[in-house]
Amino acid sequence: MDLEVQWGEVHALLGENGAGKSTLMNIVYGLARADAGTVEFDGKPVQVHSPQDAIRLGIGMVHQHFMLIPVLTVAENIVLGHEIQSAGVMDLNGAYLAVRKLSERYGLQVDPKTRVEDLPVGIQQRVEILKALYRGARLLILDEPTAVLTPQEIAGLFQIVRNLTAEGNAVIFITHKLAEVMAVADKITVMRRGKIVATTTPKESKPPDLARMMVGRPVLLRVDKGPAKPGDVMLRVENLVVMDRRQTVVDNVSLDVRAGEILGVAGVEGNGQNEVVEAIVGLRATRAGHIVLGGRDVSRRSTRRRLHSGLGLIPADRHRQGIILELPISDNLILNRYDLPPYERWIVRQFRAIRATAERLIKTFDIRAQSPDQPAASLSGGNQQKLVVARELGAGPKVLIASQPTRGVDVGSIEFIHRQIISQRDAGLGVLLVSSELDEVLALADRVAVMYRGRIVAVLDGEGADRDRVGLLMAGAT
Amino acid sequence: MRERLRIDWILNAIFVPLVSVAAGFVVAGIAVAATGADPLAAFTALFQGAFTNRNAFPETLVSTVPYVFLGLGVALGFRAGLFNIGAEGQFYIGALAGVFVAYSIHGLPAIVEIPTALVAGMAGGFVWSAIAGFLKARFGAHEVITTIMLNYVAFLLANYLVDTPGLMLAPNVSTPRTPDVDPNALLPIIFAGSRLHFGFILALIAVPLVWFLIERTTIGFQLRAVGFNQGAARAAGMSVGRTMVMAMGLSGALAGAAGIVQVLGVSHHMTDSVAAGYGFDAIAIALLARSNPWGILPAALLFGAMHSGASFMQLQTDVSSDLISIVQASVIIFIAAPAIVRWIFRLRPEAARSVQITSREAETPV
Repeated sequence: MDLEVQWGEVHALLGENGAGKSTLMNIVYGLARADAGTVEFDGKPVQVHSPQDAIRLGIGMVHQHFMLIPVLTVAENIVLGHEIQSAGVMDLNGAYLAVRKLSERYGLQVDPKTRVEDLPVGIQQRVEILKALYRGARLLILDEPTAVLTPQEIAGLFQIVRNLTAEGNAVIFITHKLAEVMAVADKITVMRRGKIVATTTPKESKPPDLARMMVGRPVLLRVDKGPAKPGDVMLRVENLVVMDRRQTVVDNVSLDVRAGEILGVAGVEGNGQNEVVEAIVGLRATRAGHIVLGGRDVSRRSTRRRLHSGLGLIPADRHRQGIILELPISDNLILNRYDLPPYERWIVRQFRAIRATAERLIKTFDIRAQSPDQPAASLSGGNQQKLVVARELGAGPKVLIASQPTRGVDVGSIEFIHRQIISQRDAGLGVLLVSSELDEVLALADRVAVMYRGRIVAVLDGEGADRDRVGLLMAGAT
Repeated sequence: MRERLRIDWILNAIFVPLVSVAAGFVVAGIAVAATGADPLAAFTALFQGAFTNRNAFPETLVSTVPYVFLGLGVALGFRAGLFNIGAEGQFYIGALAGVFVAYSIHGLPAIVEIPTALVAGMAGGFVWSAIAGFLKARFGAHEVITTIMLNYVAFLLANYLVDTPGLMLAPNVSTPRTPDVDPNALLPIIFAGSRLHFGFILALIAVPLVWFLIERTTIGFQLRAVGFNQGAARAAGMSVGRTMVMAMGLSGALAGAAGIVQVLGVSHHMTDSVAAGYGFDAIAIALLARSNPWGILPAALLFGAMHSGASFMQLQTDVSSDLISIVQASVIIFIAAPAIVRWIFRLRPEAARSVQITSREAETPV
């Protein structure tokens, strides 16, 4: 495979999760080793064995998960490892000055004296970019940089990227989102299953073409769904308050989810959506408020009893909460019902019944596995997620809480999961969809609630929800 | 594919422990040679003392019995993701609770007295260990710390009870000890002319029972689920706290069984110092068995053999019986660092056994 990036250009690396984008960039940045092939930088072949080598060459990388120390200030984080010192004492003022100069040059406004933990995520990202620039980066690699940003912050990031390339630097922009590629890239390289399948430009290729290259077949970019026929209220959240380390993370939230409708919760990650979900399921203590499920107050009930009275949960982080990688697929498919008949008799597990259910669900939900006995770890991300969806929908819930249901999942699985959720809605399921992918919320939801700093700031009709308006609400505008 | 997984499993579950044991003996041999003694003679004497001398093998089995129960206990904890370092203390408390019942009851048939004493011993171990489980579940106190601390409490409690007149001290004895247990509570000798007692049979029964509990019951499933991934277990509606208390309790019950079986089968009473590092050997055994109940049997036998052959070796060759501690310690190092063994033999790491799933849909060329 060949990838060529020129100075002064924004080069988008487009591909699905697992297509090999990050691996390729980790090789360039010295975090991974290539089995064969060479990397050339500035026309010369180079050996990059570690990030130190990469930094020395002038390559910087901003990872999906920031690598900042929360309790240190912006300037301290930026100079970390390359401190300015005089007689062994760190020169903080020098650091402040250097950071201020750098941020002015590229239009990256940030106060060098603020502690990183007090900054919003969008600004933290700026700090990461400044860190790379401070170390002399001329080629900047941004790995999925928009995942944690609001639409307005994304626009700001694009401006920064353009400023950088205007000065002759190069930026590699890793993403799986077509709209971003169209907006910011000068050149596009599409990857699929570890191979580069095309190099093109936004002028030559339109989104449907790019999607086809990325997935290897034509893709429906829209979700087909009919109008909702809302029925009775299945889940009611009343005046919910959740505290986390003495901070109010969920502030007086009330929601109604009706049978046969999808209520979408939009918001930048970390604005309390996760805590709302965990409180509904009973995984997190609440300070005040009630959870009413099918007319019954379940606020004081255990997670187990809530699940058994008709609640399904697709957790945001499947590896942390959704599946047990070491256990077989079959065990994972009955994880929430392992102690109910027919899977248990007295205290003995009934493997025949477990296997029968597993085989049925594997077939119905198109989980690509050779056998129900293989460990869940052997499945691809998309199939692991389908496993979670199969388990939760297979139990026939009345209400489904779907939190980031398609995160880190390939396009084929996303389509499948979306279709499943909609067809279950049509069959009368009430769905609470929480997603930080605004497009997903807008595509699926019949009503859209926007969360900002622990509060529901607006509930909009799904049809009338306008992308820009929701984006502004997500950023705290009223 | 399945074939390869099987080969990997054999390599990792059988070959690695065997190599670790062999490497342990090599390291100990080097230590012996360094002191100017002959390692081969020492190991020969160790083997004779454990297996071939008159009555040596039954004695080895006698030493193996508590190791089986203790090893099963620690292994069960491991499966729930809990590191029970307190098997020794639970052994003491089990022995104390059991011996109290066993010397207090009189005149009932053995079929009643023995199970009663066993249950008391296991209950003692259960409660003692469940304290650590509760502290972890309720306050997040790490079980490694709490079980070590509870060990000291157990030792001193045993000393106090056994040394104090009016409590458990037997009247008119020269060294402090409890009264002897009721004759009907004694475990019968199963091999005439030796000390090998019925506890050996109990140990052999315990292995499949614990295996069944872990692999075939919902309790075991819950235990393993919590051990692998607490977050997912909780999100699936399991009570992680209750599971941890239960797992620690069961682990302690097995350690308690070791204590009371040792009393009913061998010592018949309790002095203020019964267990001698049993609890820590149990950790090594569980590691060597890779927490598999079936693996506990050979691992416990190895430790039992070393335990019972050591004194003959010291007598014969002047090599200190502490040598077996070197073997045990080296085995633990090699077991705890399987990467070393895999590296030496260029084995595939266990974690890397992924299965490639090929897509069913036809590829459309771009």
